[in-house]
Amino acid sequence: MANIILEMKQITKTFPGVKALDNVNLQVEESEIHALVGENGAGKSTLMNVLSGVYPFGTYEGDIIYKSEVCHFNDIKDSEALGIVIIHQELALVPYMTIAENMFLGNERGKSYKIDWDETNALAKKYLDIVGLQESPQTLIKDIGVGKQQLVEIAKALSKNAKLLILDEPTSSLNESDSKALLDLMLKLKYEHGLTSIIISHKLNEISYVADKITVIRDGSTIETLDKKVDDFSEPRIIKGMVGRELSDRFPKRENCVLDEIKMEVKNWNAYHPLYSERKVVDNVNFHVKKGEVLGIAGLMGAGRTELAMSIFGKSYGDNISGELYFDGKRVFLNSVTDAIKQKLAYVTEDRKGNGLILSNPIKVNTTLANLEGVSNHGIIDKDKEYAVAVEYKEKLKTKCPSVEQNVGNLSGGNQQKVLLAKWMFADPEILILDEPTRGIDVGAKYEIYCIINQLVSEGKSVIMISSEMPELLGMADRVYVMNEGKMVGELSKEEASQEKIMTMIIQSAGKKPLEVSTKEEK
Amino acid sequence: MSGRQFVTFLKKNTMILILLAVLVFFTLMTDGNMLSAMSVTSLISQNAYVFILATGMLLCILTGGNIDLSVGSIVCFAGAIGGFLLVKLQLPLIVAIIGILAVGILIGAFQGFWIAYVRIPPFIVTLAGMLAFRGLSNAVLGGKSIPVDDKYSTFLMLFGGGNECYVTDVFSFIGIEKFNVTCFALGILATAVFILTGLVSRNTKIKKGYEVENFVSFVIKEVFISIAILAITFRLSQYKGFPMVLIWVMIVVLIYGYITSNTTVGRYFYAVGGNEKATKLSGINTNKVYFLAYANMGLLAAVSSLVVVARLGSAQTTAGDSYEMDAIASCFIGGASAYGGIGTVPGVIIGATLIGVINMGMSLMNVDADYQKVVRGAVLLAAVIFDVVSKRGGKFIAKN
Repeated sequence: MANIILEMKQITKTFPGVKALDNVNLQVEESEIHALVGENGAGKSTLMNVLSGVYPFGTYEGDIIYKSEVCHFNDIKDSEALGIVIIHQELALVPYMTIAENMFLGNERGKSYKIDWDETNALAKKYLDIVGLQESPQTLIKDIGVGKQQLVEIAKALSKNAKLLILDEPTSSLNESDSKALLDLMLKLKYEHGLTSIIISHKLNEISYVADKITVIRDGSTIETLDKKVDDFSEPRIIKGMVGRELSDRFPKRENCVLDEIKMEVKNWNAYHPLYSERKVVDNVNFHVKKGEVLGIAGLMGAGRTELAMSIFGKSYGDNISGELYFDGKRVFLNSVTDAIKQKLAYVTEDRKGNGLILSNPIKVNTTLANLEGVSNHGIIDKDKEYAVAVEYKEKLKTKCPSVEQNVGNLSGGNQQKVLLAKWMFADPEILILDEPTRGIDVGAKYEIYCIINQLVSEGKSVIMISSEMPELLGMADRVYVMNEGKMVGELSKEEASQEKIMTMIIQSAGKKPLEVSTKEEK
Repeated sequence: MSGRQFVTFLKKNTMILILLAVLVFFTLMTDGNMLSAMSVTSLISQNAYVFILATGMLLCILTGGNIDLSVGSIVCFAGAIGGFLLVKLQLPLIVAIIGILAVGILIGAFQGFWIAYVRIPPFIVTLAGMLAFRGLSNAVLGGKSIPVDDKYSTFLMLFGGGNECYVTDVFSFIGIEKFNVTCFALGILATAVFILTGLVSRNTKIKKGYEVENFVSFVIKEVFISIAILAITFRLSQYKGFPMVLIWVMIVVLIYGYITSNTTVGRYFYAVGGNEKATKLSGINTNKVYFLAYANMGLLAAVSSLVVVARLGSAQTTAGDSYEMDAIASCFIGGASAYGGIGTVPGVIIGATLIGVINMGMSLMNVDADYQKVVRGAVLLAAVIFDVVSKRGGKFIAKN
């Protein structure tokens, strides 16, 4: 048996109200590429944050044993000192600095009062050669593409004398040829430099291409570890491990209240990224939702679901938006959020703290924000009415709070979500787009949110539910669309839908790929 | 009141308590001079411009801690234009007043356009405005001042300059010696209105079954404010009476106090400062909110320039120098958040009063002018440190 370089033993990490990791075990051998797979929110990133010291020693239970020693990391510096370097999905480079400056940021060469630029550039060149990036160290980061930036991150990690490299979704923003180059670099570093890596990825084809072992994490627990030498690395096999779980009674029953009237129809919808105008984020999407229907939209993070929803919601995201939108069969044009609200469309954001609520304001202020006209007369707010409305919704949604004068920032996630829902319900929409409505809230609150959704559709409203939790979609939706890389790649009725089918649709749509992995096409 | 209620009471009213403590301190140090009739009158007349500017500055700060550096220069420039219209061109008073207000709104709208629609940082736009309008004022005035003297007594009287800038004592026939009966009558009237509205709104709330504040703290608040109104008007009556300028200050404070707490537009200022993205996604035009904040600041700078010209008795090149700093400091001392979204008009008035009291107290104690600045700086820093640290839950050092 080869050298075990890293062992994480019975790691348990609890956030307020949520157990993110529950007795997770991970063993990594020296010079192997170890993949971590699992659904969104399964706990992969949390585990890597524990390993790299983002969550310091003492905030989790269990042991990290690195090179046969138990480690107590207090911050990232501690883990980096031992050669454990993490590269996050969001690249952490400063655009207006050169490649060399970025590589040695916080780790400057020379003396603190005099940076040795010659050494900086020479060393940068050396590591750029290792990763095979043909750029001058003096080039500004903003002038190179994302693929090359990713290579700079790896070169930066190597310059810190990395022995164990952690890559979190390294190819998520890369095109196919850049992805291939990156994966080949990982293999090269493994064979030529003996580097150990841990890779987190949703792209199973890439994982079967580079990984020696795969550890599957689900709901905060390790499910299994597959070894390339003994196990089947086919996608169905991996997917089975990722999703295999029982659907229990976590969803309230609902009478079928889908009416045969199409409420909203979206045709040939396109949207481009607001900063990188050549990147198409929503690609020719068509879908419709009926009255009284819960429509689910499945997909991985970054599939373009939020972007689709926001571009429809008064063009609040994206540039160069095109396509047709019909409400009740009539063409509508929503050029601003105000238009959208007037046409009775509501978008309940996935990011309740960032985009949804004013945390420093009381519940009642948040409840009426999207429909202040509803509690005011010629621009003068009727504060008594506002209070009454807030109390009404507080009781309707069973928000737990001492009073509606309470600041939203002091509420738990589930109750914040209810205030956010209250705000949009008070705007009196006919179509509600709920983006990840149960993210980060506990099971009890989830159940109550599902009840609210049932209540809404029973009143004849249409609900579009974007969710990365597949059981939730399967449990709640009357119909599910699957989205990937900006496109709608499939539609499933409630009866047809299953986690395996959704996953397979996602993975096959990423299909036309250069890395044909042997195990996949054989069946 | 239980112990915990007492602590919340203290926390809610920290600045008032500090103001009281400071008042007591200076009264003791100046053998009561601090609270003399003359001191109270000049505290109001000297600081009228701060009250007006700070009210406008609050709206800018609410939108996200944004400040307007140009107000001092706008005060000077609008005053110069006013002096020019009134004295040089001999235009009627009303034209000059409209001219001054129009200049303020135009400048405010000009700066607001760049800030709101082009999204140039407010600091830059108003810094440019501060330089440019200071220079333009000098150009308009030709480096000299334009005296607005007794020939323009209506103007002076109306905006609180000269010797006769007090509300006429219509009850002088009662003839109490050295006592302005009208002024005190106004005070009693104001107190009565204040107590009545307080009681009525509390009663309607109870009738409709809404939550009301604790009865004891309600009474304490009513009594405290009534005493304050009566005491101030009593002192004013013993001097020359009710200063005209106080009427302008009260109009501004009441209007903006109402706008910020009771109107939809007022709510938007808080919402933008609290979370701009959430506000946008709630269908509110945030560009317009920024624009209004700065256009309005220009208007209030012009109103304040009326008061300043009247008090100085001339349009001067040095008028309004560093007024922006007084206004900004008042807001932050009065509890406005440096990140926006938090702050009230009454709070700002207390902040402005605190600065005024400290200035006056130190002058009465003959503290050197240089050291007065040091003390003001220290008070500002201390107030904001207090605000930031208490919001962080009492942790003094921020997490790295």
